[in-house]
Amino acid sequence: MSPNNTVSKLASWQVGKNLLKVEKVTGGYGDMEVLHEVSIEVKEGEIVSIIGPNGAGKSTLMKMIFGLLRPWQGHISFNGREITGLEPDRIVRLGLCYVPQIENVFPSLTVQENLEMGAFILDGDITDRLERVFALFPLLKERRKQRVGKMSGGERQMVAMGRALMLDPKLLLLDEPSAGLAPKLVEMIFEKILEINKSGVALLIVEQNAKKSLELAHRGYVLANGQNRFEGTGKELLNNPDVGRLYLGG
Amino acid sequence: MEPIVKIFLIAIPLAILAGRLLPLKWVWRLPLGAAIGLGLAFLFTWLVPPGITAYLVSFAIMASIFAIFSLGLNVQWGYTGLFNIGIAGFFAIGAFTSALFTKAMPPPELAPWVKQAFGLEMPFLVGVLAAAVVSGLIALLIGIPTLKLREDYLAIATIGIAEIIRLIFQNERWLANGPQPLIGIPQPLYCLVQDPPCAWLPAPLQTLFAPLEPRDYTYIYLAIVVLFVVLIYLAIERAIRSPWGRVLRAIREEETSAAMSGKAIFAFKMQALIIGAMIMGMGGALYAHYIASIDYGHFTPLYATFIIWVMLMLGGSGNNKGAMLGAFVIWGVWMGSAFLTDWLRPLLQAISPDLPARSPYIRYLLIAVLLELILLFRPQGLLVEEKRVSKLLEEKRG
Amino acid sequence: MKRKSNPAAAQIERRARYELGLRGLKKALGALLLAALIGLLVWAARIQGTSAELLLSLSVWGVMLGSIIALGAIGLSLVYGVLRFANFAHGDLMTVGAYAAFAIMPLLPQGAPLAPFSFGWEFLVALLLAMPIAGLVAFGADRVLYKPLRRRRSSSVILAMASLGAAFFVRSIIYLAWGADFEFYYQRPRPALELPLGVRVRPDQFFILGLALLLIFLIYLLLERTKMGKAMRATADNPELARVTGINTERVILWTWVIGGALAGAGGVMLALDSSLRPEMGWSFLLPMFAAVILGSIGNPYGALVGGLIIGVVIQVSAAFLNPAYGPGVAFLIMIIILLVRPQGIFGKPGG
Repeated sequence: MSPNNTVSKLASWQVGKNLLKVEKVTGGYGDMEVLHEVSIEVKEGEIVSIIGPNGAGKSTLMKMIFGLLRPWQGHISFNGREITGLEPDRIVRLGLCYVPQIENVFPSLTVQENLEMGAFILDGDITDRLERVFALFPLLKERRKQRVGKMSGGERQMVAMGRALMLDPKLLLLDEPSAGLAPKLVEMIFEKILEINKSGVALLIVEQNAKKSLELAHRGYVLANGQNRFEGTGKELLNNPDVGRLYLGG
Repeated sequence: MEPIVKIFLIAIPLAILAGRLLPLKWVWRLPLGAAIGLGLAFLFTWLVPPGITAYLVSFAIMASIFAIFSLGLNVQWGYTGLFNIGIAGFFAIGAFTSALFTKAMPPPELAPWVKQAFGLEMPFLVGVLAAAVVSGLIALLIGIPTLKLREDYLAIATIGIAEIIRLIFQNERWLANGPQPLIGIPQPLYCLVQDPPCAWLPAPLQTLFAPLEPRDYTYIYLAIVVLFVVLIYLAIERAIRSPWGRVLRAIREEETSAAMSGKAIFAFKMQALIIGAMIMGMGGALYAHYIASIDYGHFTPLYATFIIWVMLMLGGSGNNKGAMLGAFVIWGVWMGSAFLTDWLRPLLQAISPDLPARSPYIRYLLIAVLLELILLFRPQGLLVEEKRVSKLLEEKRG
Repeated sequence: MKRKSNPAAAQIERRARYELGLRGLKKALGALLLAALIGLLVWAARIQGTSAELLLSLSVWGVMLGSIIALGAIGLSLVYGVLRFANFAHGDLMTVGAYAAFAIMPLLPQGAPLAPFSFGWEFLVALLLAMPIAGLVAFGADRVLYKPLRRRRSSSVILAMASLGAAFFVRSIIYLAWGADFEFYYQRPRPALELPLGVRVRPDQFFILGLALLLIFLIYLLLERTKMGKAMRATADNPELARVTGINTERVILWTWVIGGALAGAGGVMLALDSSLRPEMGWSFLLPMFAAVILGSIGNPYGALVGGLIIGVVIQVSAAFLNPAYGPGVAFLIMIIILLVRPQGIFGKPGG
C-alpha cells in the first residue's frame, strides 16, 4: 500500500463535527512550563497527527488531555463537554481512550484479561466487543490465554490498542504507537490504525516517525518548544519545505 | 546554698544555648553567653528546689541522648532520604559494645551469675569510639544488599536487623548476660563525686569538687552529654554545608537529577547510612554509661526507634536544630504523660480495675497519635529545612 | 496485506519461544538453588543428630506455619502492589483478628468441643466474624490515614511511616484492653495424633492447614475469575495504567484492604489457636511475612504463597539445630540472600 494511495483514499472521506478541542493550554511539571498556549482540534472520524522534536511537549499534551496532568491555563473539551481536570476514569466514560507510550499493558494478566480490563466500567456481557477486537487483531485471539508479560513489543502494542478499543471510543489517543518496533511491525501498526479509523474512530497520534504519520493523517500539527508551530492537512505539511527541513529530516 | 561547682556544671549547657541564640558577633557572643549562662544557672539553683533541679538535670541528660539519635537519623533520613526504622539495633549495639569495652570481667564469685563475652576495662572514650565503629560496620553490612534497591527494602532490612540484634542479646547468655541485665557499667569521671576526688586532679580543683556526693553525678554527666551533642551538631553542620552535603540533598530530592552514576550514588548513600549509624552508636554508648545497667528490654521498637522518628518528624527533618528541639519536646511529652497517667489513675480505676496497671500504654498511644497528626497536618515539622543551597548561591553572587 | 504481516508474526513467534526457553532455564536454576538450600538445612540438622522422624515432623509443622505466613503475605503483597508501600501494620492486623475472635467468643453460647478438635462452634463463628472486623480496621485506617496522604501525593516512605504509627496505635489499644499477658482461646489439653513415620500433629493443626488452603483457594478464584480480582491484579501491575484504563482504583483499594485485612485476621486467629494470644504476636510475624513477599516477588500473590511455605518450612527445620527464638532471624537471612542474589524475587522479571 503506497503512501499516496492512502492519502487519496482518505481524502474522499467526509469528516464531521468537532470532537476534541484544546484551547490555549499552558502547563507542565512542578514549576517547569512544558506547554505554552497550545491549541488543537480533532473532528469526528479524523486522523490527526502531532509531530515535533523530542521534548516538544507532545506526550505532555496527551497526558493533559487525558486528565493525568492538570493544565495551569486553558480549556479542553470533548464532544461539546468541558473535560479540563477531569479524572481519567470519568473521561473514559465519555468515549475518549488513551494508549500510553510505555508500560501500556498489564504484564501479569492474560491477553483476554487485559482486554476485559479495558471494559471495566461496563456491566454485563462484553463478548461482542471482545470478538470485534479479535477480528481486528486475529493474533490476539490465538494467544488470548497467554500472559502479556511474555509477549514481544509488537504484540504488546496490539494488546494495548485492543484494550483501548474495548469501550468503542469516539476518539483514540495513541502515544508513539510505533516506538521501538521493527520496521515490519511499524508497517503493521500503521495498517491497523487505518483499519481502526475506517470503523469510524477518530485518532490523535503522537509520532516520532513523522513522515509516515503525516502520510496517513488527515491533518497534522507541528509542535516545537511547547508551542504550535505549523498546522495543515497531512499533505500540506509534508510538502511544506520548512517542515520538511526542520522536522522530517530533509 | 548549693555547691558552686554545681552552678558551673548547670551553666555549661545554658551558656552554650545563650551563645547560640544571641544575635551578635562571635567576639561578643562568647563572653556574653558565658555570663548569661552563669547568671541563669545561679538564679536557677537559687530559686528552684534541689529535688526539682536534679530531676530536670536527669531529664536534660535523656533528652540530649535522644537528641544525638535524632541528629544521627537526620543525617540518614533528613538529608539523604534513607528510611532506617531499625534505630533500636544501632542503639543496642552501641550500648552493649561500649559497656563490654569499658567493663571489667565479673569477679570469680559472681561468674556463675554474670556472664559476658569479654571485659576490656578500656577508658570511656575508647568505649564510645568502639560503639561508633561497630555500629557503622553493621550499617555497612545492611547497606550492601539494600541501598541499590527501592527505599522500602532498607526499611524492612533495618527493622529486621534491629529485631535480630535484640533477639541475640536476649538469648545469648555468654555475650552480655542474656536476659539478665548487664550491670556495673563504669561511669566516666565518676571519681569526681567520690571522697576524696580523683587523684590526678590538681589540688585546687579537688577542693572545688569535694562537696559533690555520688548522687550529684548527673550534673557531671550532663556536661559530658552536652559536649557530645555540641560536637556532633557542629560536625554535621559542617559536613552538610560542604559539597558532600549538597550531593546528599541532591540524591534525596531526585536521584537522577544528581547527574551521577549509580555507583557514586550508592557510595554517598552508604556514607550517610554509616555516619548516621555511628552517631547512633555513640548515643547508645552514652545511654549505657548513664543508665549503668542495661538489658535487651531497653531496645524495643517503640522506645528505641519509633519515638526517635517522632522526634525528628516533629522537629523538622533536614534541620539539625529541629532534630534537637524535637528530641526535647517529645521527651517532655513522654515524661509528662507519666504524670498525666498518674493523675488519670482514679478515672481509669473507675473504667476498669485492670486499667491503671496498663496505663503506661497510654503513652504509646499518645506518641503514635502524635506521629499521625504530624504526618497529616504538619509534615514539614516545627522548624522547616533551611535553604542552604540558595544561601550558598547568594554568598557566591555577593 | 495478510501475507505481508506473516513474516513479522513468525519473528514474534521465534522471539517469544526464545524468551520462554530462557525463562524456563532461569526457573530451573532457581529451583535447583532452592533445593540445594533445603538439602543443606537437612544436612545440618542430621549432623546435629536430629532423627529423620523429627525432621519430617518439623517439615509438616513448617508447611502449617508456612500456610499462616502465606495468608498474611498474600495480603501484604496485594497491598504492596496496589498501594505501592510497605504496610508495617500488617502484622498487627493479624493481632486484631486474633483478639477480635477472643473478644467475641465469650459472648456466644459455649458448645462442646467438635472432636477431635479442641474448639467448639463458637470459635468458628468468632473466626468468621473476626475476618471482616480485621478487614474493616484495615479499611478504616485507609480512610483516616492513607487516603488523605495519597491525595496529597505523599511518597511511599511517608505512607510506610504512617503504617508504622498505625501499628503502634493498634498495639497500644490491645495492650490497654487486654494487657501484656498471654491469653488462650481454650485452656484444654490438646493431645497430638501419632501419624505414620512418627509424625506428631494436633488435630487443630490439620484444621489450620485445611482452612488456610481453603482461603488461599478462594483468593485464587477471586483473583482469577472475578472482575474485581482481575482489576486488583491489574492495579498491582501498573496503578497508573489502571487509572487510564478506567478502573475505579479507589474501589480496588477498598477491596484490597478488606481482603488483605481479612486474610491477615484469619491468620492471626489460626496462630492464636495453635499457640497463644499476645499483643506482639503479629509484629513478630512481620519479618517472615516480608521475607515471603520479597522471596515471591513483591506484588505477586502467588509468589507470596510459595514464599510463605518456603519460609515456614525453613524456620521450622532450622529449629532442629538452632534456638527456635531465632525463627525471624532465619527468615531475615533468607530475605537478605534473596536481596543479594535475585532482588526481584523468584517470580519477578529482572529490573522490575
